[in-house]
Formats: sequence, structure tokens, C-alpha cells
Amino acid sequence: MASLAPTFGRGAMTNHWNDIKNADVILVMGGNPAEAHPCGFKWVTEAKAHNKAKLIVVDPRFTRSAAVSDLYAPLRPGTDIAFLLGVMRHILTNDKIHTEYVKAFTNATFIVREGFKFENGLFTGYDETKRDYARGEWEYEIGEDGFAKVDPTLANPRCVLNLLKAHVERYTPETVEKICGTPKDKFLKICEHVASTGNGERSMTSLYALGWTQHSHGAQNIRCMAMLQLLLGNMGVPGGGVNALRGHANVQGITDLGLLTTALPGYLALPSQAEATYADHMKTRRFKPLRPGQTSFWQNYEKFFVSFQKAMFGQAATKENDWAYDYLPKWDTPYDVLKIVDTMYEGKLNGCIAQGLNVLMASAHKGKALQGLAKLKWLVVIDPLETETARFWENHGEFNEIDSAKVQTEVIQLPACTVAEEEGTFTNSGRNIQWHWKAANGAGESRSDLEIMAGIHTRLRALYAKEGGAFPDPIVNLSWNYARPEAPSADEVLRELNGYVLEDVKDPQDPNKVLMRAGTLVPGFGALRADGTTTSGCWIYTGCYTEAGNMTMRRSTDDPTGLGVYQNWGFVWPANRRILYNRASADASGKPWSTRKKYIAWNGSRWTGPDVPDYGPTVKPEASVGPFIMNPEGVSRLFTRGLMRDGPFPEHYEPFESPVANSLHEKVASNPVARVFKEDWKEFGKADKFPYVATTYRLTEHFHYWTKTHLINAILQPELFAELPEALAKEKGIGPGDWVRISSARGAIKCKAVVTKRLPTLTIHGKPTHVVGIPIHYGFVGTARKGHATNTLTPFVGDANVNTPEYKAFLVNVEKTTAPAGAPSV
Amino acid sequence: MATLQSLDIKRRSATTEPPPHVRGNAIEVAKLIDVSKCIGCKACQAACLEWNDLREEVGYNTGVYDNPADLSPATWTLMRFTEFDNKGNLEWLIRKDGCMHCEDPGCLKACPAPGAIVQYQNGIVDFVSENCIGCGYCVKGCPFNIPRISQADNKAYKCTLCSDRVAVGQAPACAKACPTQAIYFGSKDDMIAHAEERIVDLKERGYANAGLYDPKGVGGTHVMYVLHHADQPELYAGLPNEPRISRLVELWKGGTKPLALAGIGLAAVVGFFHYIVKGPNEVTEEDDERADQINR
Amino acid sequence: MERRNGGTVGRYTTGARINHWITAGSLVLMALSGLALFHPSLFFLTHLFGGGQSTRIIHPWIGVVLFFGFAGLFIRFWAYNLWNRDDTQWMKQSGDVINAREEKLPEIGRYNAGQKLVFWAMTLLIAVLFLSGIVLWDTYFHAYFTIGQKRLAAVVHAFAAVITILVWIVHVYAAIWVKGTVRAMTRGSVTGGWAWRHHRKWLREVVQKR
Repeated sequence: MASLAPTFGRGAMTNHWNDIKNADVILVMGGNPAEAHPCGFKWVTEAKAHNKAKLIVVDPRFTRSAAVSDLYAPLRPGTDIAFLLGVMRHILTNDKIHTEYVKAFTNATFIVREGFKFENGLFTGYDETKRDYARGEWEYEIGEDGFAKVDPTLANPRCVLNLLKAHVERYTPETVEKICGTPKDKFLKICEHVASTGNGERSMTSLYALGWTQHSHGAQNIRCMAMLQLLLGNMGVPGGGVNALRGHANVQGITDLGLLTTALPGYLALPSQAEATYADHMKTRRFKPLRPGQTSFWQNYEKFFVSFQKAMFGQAATKENDWAYDYLPKWDTPYDVLKIVDTMYEGKLNGCIAQGLNVLMASAHKGKALQGLAKLKWLVVIDPLETETARFWENHGEFNEIDSAKVQTEVIQLPACTVAEEEGTFTNSGRNIQWHWKAANGAGESRSDLEIMAGIHTRLRALYAKEGGAFPDPIVNLSWNYARPEAPSADEVLRELNGYVLEDVKDPQDPNKVLMRAGTLVPGFGALRADGTTTSGCWIYTGCYTEAGNMTMRRSTDDPTGLGVYQNWGFVWPANRRILYNRASADASGKPWSTRKKYIAWNGSRWTGPDVPDYGPTVKPEASVGPFIMNPEGVSRLFTRGLMRDGPFPEHYEPFESPVANSLHEKVASNPVARVFKEDWKEFGKADKFPYVATTYRLTEHFHYWTKTHLINAILQPELFAELPEALAKEKGIGPGDWVRISSARGAIKCKAVVTKRLPTLTIHGKPTHVVGIPIHYGFVGTARKGHATNTLTPFVGDANVNTPEYKAFLVNVEKTTAPAGAPSV
Repeated sequence: MATLQSLDIKRRSATTEPPPHVRGNAIEVAKLIDVSKCIGCKACQAACLEWNDLREEVGYNTGVYDNPADLSPATWTLMRFTEFDNKGNLEWLIRKDGCMHCEDPGCLKACPAPGAIVQYQNGIVDFVSENCIGCGYCVKGCPFNIPRISQADNKAYKCTLCSDRVAVGQAPACAKACPTQAIYFGSKDDMIAHAEERIVDLKERGYANAGLYDPKGVGGTHVMYVLHHADQPELYAGLPNEPRISRLVELWKGGTKPLALAGIGLAAVVGFFHYIVKGPNEVTEEDDERADQINR
Repeated sequence: MERRNGGTVGRYTTGARINHWITAGSLVLMALSGLALFHPSLFFLTHLFGGGQSTRIIHPWIGVVLFFGFAGLFIRFWAYNLWNRDDTQWMKQSGDVINAREEKLPEIGRYNAGQKLVFWAMTLLIAVLFLSGIVLWDTYFHAYFTIGQKRLAAVVHAFAAVITILVWIVHVYAAIWVKGTVRAMTRGSVTGGWAWRHHRKWLREVVQKR
């Protein structure tokens, strides 16, 4: 997400599940949908069955997705950028890009400042002590008119496209093979398939998930694909797009509602400490167009922000108090899971509420998380299931070694009901908000998460009201207008997210005409206002619940064009648009690129098609308004300016634990701006002691650490194992089903060995390199066989932009061993 | 699917009575398992456990993805995973194993218990547990090694093709659960027609030997596979090439039975007539006297 | 005047008779339970054993009794059943045997060639039935044999059983046809006349030993 927004303007799956069936080429890389999204994978099957689509899988492992692919190529974990920059080089040097699209709809023609450079693995402005860039030079040349300079002829060597060509020139097929271990012939064959979509006739979809995210350069992995799809003209068209497959039914929803600690719902920014006043905050949010006439939709930021504040604080938010700006916390640093665990570990965190997160199992470096939890004064676990986190203080021998007597943490378990035992909405990967109904009552004393949170809030509020405190205002003034304050209904909350009209809104032309009545639901985010007369808890959701009813309950299977556009099924943000940037499915004059890929087109008076245009519906093509309306440029970005911390172009950096040096720039081996806590530097392993590359993943039989408590899932995949390439197993005398000990610089686990042809021994820098795969899922609580936490092994470093831990690439050693104490064997 | 409903019985184990056949227009059903579309997610296994209310014990990892390790009284279907190195291109062949519902079922042929195994007009071969005596002859009769005898109740178990669901117009639970439509269910004719389309697609994708597995040796099956390598079914975790009921089983359950009974009857009859014709072999007075002479 | 019967001659001890009847009884039960599972039209015989499941359970156990019962008989009688030249001659004159022209046959010892053949046939058949039965006894030996071996065992078991029944018919018929035979196994003794007529050499040996 942290790369899609800087590229396209919004951080979400650009197309949607049903649309996958329209693809001609499906590139699965950084994900394993057959395994992790088997139900969504049906659309891949549809594309193959009805569209003669080719499925390409690039993955360190020959996965279940690979099992049904037309073409598979292996690569070393953590080298996706080298691979994709190689593909980009291929299509650029062989002139396979969709030139007309690139010129019209990307910033290819924009001229970049002279000061911007890339040398020896670093972009301009690096400060080694801060491990950060000063990103001021990563910018366009701005003309006297205040607009960015462009050269439509692309003659200027400082044009983005020319800089990009120079940047990727190093990634020859030979270099790709050397770094990734992907055989050159397979790499080139994949390049040909990808290149076959660089025209308006065919399209490629990219399906990825956490295989790209969970790296120290995760955002840049995705960024590569975003750029590639732009070069091919595959954005905004049916069967195209960069499609993040979300691993939970509602991950998109939680992201939309302010997942990151620096964000508010609807991707508004939570102010930082540097923004002490409302004016400070708004100053950086003006988003003036960078090209003439562009939409630059974020110019409306204030309308959304004020409406949000009104939803939060109601009458307490006034123009006079800057809409209660002071009520918002101001962040000093992002608090991602690694930072929180590190803070616990440092003894600087008193209490923790773990809601629906089994942090002991799910955090990288389990040993550190375990020590951290033991330093808390109190821990509240809100979960439908018994979790290891709630039981962290129990000694389970080598599965969880802890001296229980010394743990002083008070653990409080609040049983939540499961999703089927409450009503509410899911927002799926395709941004479709769908209502779900309650199917049964929760077990025992369980309550819905909503009820639990409300219970905590109402009690705190009463305490603050009674006892006061340093600054009780945000809590006692929080808008809480629910029929039953202790148990708000999901219906009420969804209405609140949509937003209400607070005062009658009159037609400026005719003051007698009331456009929106006070007390009604806001029909769409276009109606939100910065004057405090509207509310919206999450502006992008506005329109999901209107006076016409709860749109998320719609279940029409009408698909008039057969393109999988079910306009009356649920509600898709924004504004019920199924494919984002869909204006780009037509050329600059508004004509579809091809009849095969016809989607949104100009009919002479308006933009029409099966979907809601992502564009002014009557804006004429001649107006030259770009299709990427969120960006001030109006076009998408091949060069992201300063919007990403680690560079406007992606660059291959080795994982923090790598078996080889970075052959492109030895001195800058891994991501130079990825955050590493001081203590953790010494906990990175080197190839001399840990010679094998390891990666972790989910299995289709299980869902994270949840289903191991469920008998059927436990039957289908009962016990932790590691997958070893045959050559490694032979070297070590390990047979199928033997016990192995796998160790990293941070700890060791024991598990069964699955010896397989599906894990490769790759030739990296000329040397054979074994790749070991370890699924997650097992622990010391549940119905499945007791097992070690796989995250005992994983490194404590995250992505430079969003700090997602590097679960996918690290170093281990493998030895044959015997069963762990207390583990029965066959 | 109402036309697939008939539960008239076509064949019944260990029965000499002729089956009813006035209603002879039942449509034969089939399940088509498209191995080339299967992702091995085991949703079919989970659905089978759920629908049939089966719960296996939690097992162990034995070094492979196949879990449970084998078919059992509580595991009627099982994904079997095979890694196949096809001239440098790895293939992961995943076959859903289970009863094939043969048109000429070896289990039914071998079964000595009347009505313990039946075949419906629609082709489904079903075990009727209350008639099962647990002898294990079905295991010996099956060319695909499918039935399993329970240690708990000494009854044989296997996939029923969800005959209960089919009887009310529903597809089997596994087909219903399959996310990639690798499992199709319908009339056998429709399934063959669909398979032909799939085979054309597979051939276009370079699988020159793609084909349908509907082995004639057992009269065809009501569970069929689309295979990428139909010329080598053994690749798929030992799917038999040209399976048929073992000649030993045919010998045992075929001519032997009437001939043996006839032979036994004949022996008794011969003895009877010998007696009638020759009379008893009795000790004569002379014998007694001679015996007396020495036996004193 | 009372007809003289040549006195009596002891032929089987009490132990031998008990042993025989245990064996005979289990063989009959084996035949009934086996035939019940052998042919659909005889499945009704399972009712004698309490139903199909119990027939399946009982059959092999009776088989064990039969096996050990017969083993007892074997130990008792194997030495009397060794083949000799007279047996060959007896066999050659099978026409005379069937027509009860015993005066034409050579003098017979304790057992005639037919009895010996029954003895050895039973020895062989019961061994084969026992071994093939073990292979088929899934309750305890399921895991030790392949399906192919079990199929072969099933055929062998069926054939051996049918032949056993045929041999048994011969055995029983001979006992019925040759009057005065049954008392050997019921009372333990035969009449002297019977012995003179059918086992003259044996009678002479018995008398000589006195």
C-alpha cells in the first residue's frame, strides 16, 4: 500500500477479484493465491478456462499456485526487485512498452532536477548517522508558472523515462540470474509473456500478497510491479492492475480505518509532533496541481478532515477550536508491531491490549517478544480463542521456555465472539464493503469486539468525568450517540462512518432549495464540507449507507457486460468504483485502447461504461485532465519524488541476512534506510554459521495461528515441518519425516523434515545455495501437534516505509536431530 | 438434477434375485476431477469430513503433504501429492483419491453379505453399513485399494459419492466445496463432454497426452479424472493403468461358486446312488465266524 | 440262537474319540459358516451363528480349534497312515472297492488306502486352509499381507475348502456305507467280523499281540 499510493494516488488493490478473469496473463509473484486465497483463486481458473490466460508463477518455492501454472521460475527470497527491474529493462530495451499510454498517463515526460542522482547504491541526500535521506532533490524541475516541466518528446535526458532506462540498464538477464538464481531461459520466457501485454489488446494482472510485503524493501517490491504495469499500460484496464490479495477477510477494512499509527481513517494523516497547530497540518495538505487543470483530488483534504473531526467529537469540534485539532494525539514515531515489541522489551511499556493479534506467535523474533511481554504490568487479550499470547507465562518446555514464577504481568482475557457471531461488514481486497449477518450467538460469556471496546470506553469515560485528569476532553467529549452506549450496533457505526448532514445545506443558486436536510445521511463524499455541517467517520466509505439504505447489503448478481462488474453487489470504495483509474482504459481522446479491453470511454458527452468513471463524468477529453486524479500531476508516477523513504526508483538491496554480498554495490548491501534497533544489529546472522536461505509462509490447510485449534484443520495438516531441497537433505543425511533442528542467530526450532524437489538449490553468484521453507501456524496451544513458533527464527527488521518485518528472507542452519522432549512420534 | 435422483438399485451384493428394471431411464451420474485445475487445498477433504460427520485422529507429519497419511474409515477422500520432474520442468501432481464408483464394482462382486454393497441406477456404488459383516472381501475385490475396515465397528467404509445429497438433487460435498471447480458433478455424458473441452485446452498448453481417465476394464467409472499425462496414470500416486477386477477375484467369485456347489452336490448324489445301487457293505456271517476263530 | 459277531476289537481310545469328534464338529461348523459366506444362496446359514458379523468372527476361531484338533489326530495316527505296497495294489483295484468285492483285495492293515488318502488329503488341506485363513484374518493380520496376497489366499482358501468338503463327503459316506464302522468312533470298538472283513491284517496283528 505504501508504494501504490505514491505511484497511483490510492493505496489499494486497483482492480478486484472478479476482474482477474479478464486477464490474458496472470503473474503471481510475491504471493501464493492458490494456497492462501484458494477461493479468490477461482478467478484465475476462470481466466485460464475462458480467456485462455497464461498463469506465470515466480516464487522461491514451487507452490500450489505453481502446480497449476503454465510457466514457473524460481528465485531467491528477497531478490524480486532485481528480477522485476530486469523485466523492466527487457521491455524498455526491446521497445515493448505501451508508449502512448506511458507518455499520456505517467510522469515519464516530467523533467527531474539536476540534483537528483543515484551513485554506488545510494540516492542523493543520504545521511548515514540518521539512516535516512534528505529527499528535497528527488523532485521535478518546476517552471516559473509553478508547474512541473515536461518534455513530451522525451529528448531531455532528465526525463523520468530516460532516468529510469539508465537506472535499470544494469539489470541484464545475466545479472538477474546471478542475483536471483533464475535460469536465464526461464527469465526471458517470462519477459516475453509479460511483454505480450504491452499494448491495448491484452492485459496482465499482478497478484501479490505478503511475499512482497514482508521484506526490508517490501514497498519497493510492489513499487516495481506498479511501474511495470504502467509501462505496459495495464493500469485502469480490465484484467490489469496491481492486486494486493489480502490475507484476512477484512484486512482492507482495517487498513481503511487507520491501521497505521500515523494514519486516520480514510488515509487522512494523523498529525505528527511537528504539526502543533491546525494551520501547520493543513499547510502540508494543499496539494496544488503540478500540471495545469489537474484534479488533484486531495485538495479536498480539509473537507474530509473536518467531517472526520465532527464525527469524532460532534459539537465539541468547532471552527473556533480548529475542529478540536488539539484532541488528536501527535505522534513522535510510528508504532508498528516491531516498535511496540521493542518498547516492551526495553521495559518502557506498562500495558498492552492485544486484540485479535497473537503477538507472541506473530511478531518476528519470538524470544524478544516473550521477554517483552514478561516486562508488561498488564496485558489484555481480546480474542475468540485461547492464544499463546494469553498463555505466554506458561512454561511449555522447549516450546516456550520461561520461568513462570518470575512473571509479574497480570493477564486479563476478554473472550470475543467470532465474526459469524456478530453483524458488521467486511471490506475485501477489491475494496468491496459487504455486510455480514449474525449466524449464531457467541459461546459462553463472549461479546463482540464492538461491545468490548464500548465497555472499556464507557467505563473510562465515567472515570474521567468523575476524576478529571490532565486532559480528559478528548475522552469525555468523544461523540458517542448510540442507542445503547455500552453496545453500539454495527448498523449505527456504519452510518457514522458514512456520515450525516448536520445542518440543512441549501442550493447556493436558490436559497429556498434545500439540497440536503439536516439529520440525513450524506449521499457521497462529494457532499462533504469543510464548514462543520457534515460528518464522516471515513470519507472514502461515504455513500455506503445512504437514505436509500445500507448499500453494503446489496446482493445483485447482475453483470450486464459479462466483465464481472456487479455494480449492485455491496459497495466499493471510492464511490462504488470497481476498477480504479478506469479512465486510463481509453486513450487520450477517450477512445478505448481496443475493443477487447473496452471499459470506460467518452461517448461525445460523457464517460460511460459498466463502471463508475474514476474521473469527472462529463470532463471532456480535450481538457487533458489526467486519469490519476488523486495525484497533483494528474498522471501516475514512475518516479515517486520524495514520497517513499528509500528512493524514487526501486533498487536491489540484499535482505539483512543474505548468503552473498550485494554485487551491484558492496558497500550498500541492504536497504540503507530500513530501521534497525540498536540491540538488534548484533542479532543478524552471517552465512558462515547460517549458510541456508530461509523463508516462511502459510499453508492452505491453516489460517495463521487460529485454525490449529480446530480439529478438521489439525487433521489436514497436523504438525510443524520444514521443507528442504533434496540436495541439502542428502548432504545432511536427512530423510522425509526425520526431525530437524533449524537455527538462526535468534533461536532454534525443531520440526519434521519434508524433503522435496519443490524447494530449490539455486546457483547464486556461481555457488549452489539451498533454500529452506518453514510454514508458520503451530504453537503450544491448540488441537494440532504442539510445535515451536516459526517466528523464533525471523529477524527483527522491517520495511523502510511501513516497518513490516522481514519474515520472508533470512539465514538459517539445518541439522538432523531427535524429537523434542514431550513430542510423541510416529 | 432431479433426473439424477433415482435410487433404484441396479446391482446388490450377494444376491441372486434380479434387480428391478422397469424404471430403466435413470441418468448415470459422474464426478469429474480435473487434476490440472486442482490446487490441493483439501477443501474437499474438509467438506467430506463435515458433511459425513467424520473425524480422524490428529496424525503426524510423515515427510509429505498427504494428511491423513492414507484413506481410513474416517477419511473417504484424500489428496495425494506427487512430485514429477518432467524433463527439467517440475510438476506437482495432486490427485484426489477415493472411490471411483466403477460401473463393474469389484467390491460388490467380492462381497458375501447380501445388500451390504449396492449400485444405484445412477451408477453410485454405496456401502449399506447395517448389512456389512466386516469380512474385508471388498478390500480384496477393489482394483483401486479404496475400502477400509473400521477397527471400531468392523464395517467397511468409503466414499458414497454423497448418495444422500445426490438423491435430493445436490452435488457431492467435495464438488460443492471445491474453490477452483476442479471437481465437477453431473450426468456422465455431460462430464465427458466437459472433459473433452478441458483436454483440448490442455493440449493447447503443451500437454500432448492429456486425456480422460474412465477405465474400460471396470466398465468405466462414475468418478473420472482429467489427467495431463493420461498415458501414464501411474504418475498420479499410482493410479492404476488399465485397472480391472483381479482375475483371482473373478475366479474366486465367478465360476468357482456355482461349480463348487454343484461339485459338492454331485458328490452327495453319487454317494446316494452308490448306496441305492450297491447297497450297504455289511459284515457277513462268514466274516463273523472267521473272526471268531481267531479272536478268542 | 444268538448270532456270533466274532467278538469285539478295540479300535479307538476315548481320547482319540473325543479328539475326533471335536475335529469333526469344528469341520462341520467350518463348512457351514464358510459356505454361508461362500455363496449368496447359503448366506442364510449365518443365522446358525447369530448373524453375518458373528459368523465372520466365529469362523476363524473355529478354524483354530479345527487346526489344533486335527493336529492331535495327526500325531495319533500319522504312523498308521504311511503308504505301503498293499495300498498301491488296493488302489489299482478300486473297482473291486466300489463294488464291495473285498475278497478280491489284499488283506488290509489298520487303514486302507482310501482312508490313508483321506488322512493325507485332510492334513494337506487343513494346513492350506489354516495358512490361507491367517492371511484373510484381517482382524489380527490385516497389516501383514498385501492385497495381492490376500486375493490369492482367498482363491486358495475357497478351492481348498471345497475339496475338503468333497473329501469329507467321501469320509462320511464310507462310514455310512461300510456298516459297523461308526461304532468305532462312538463306542471305540468294532466287531471282529467287521475287522475280519475290512482290516484283516490289522485283526491278525491285534490278536497276535495279545
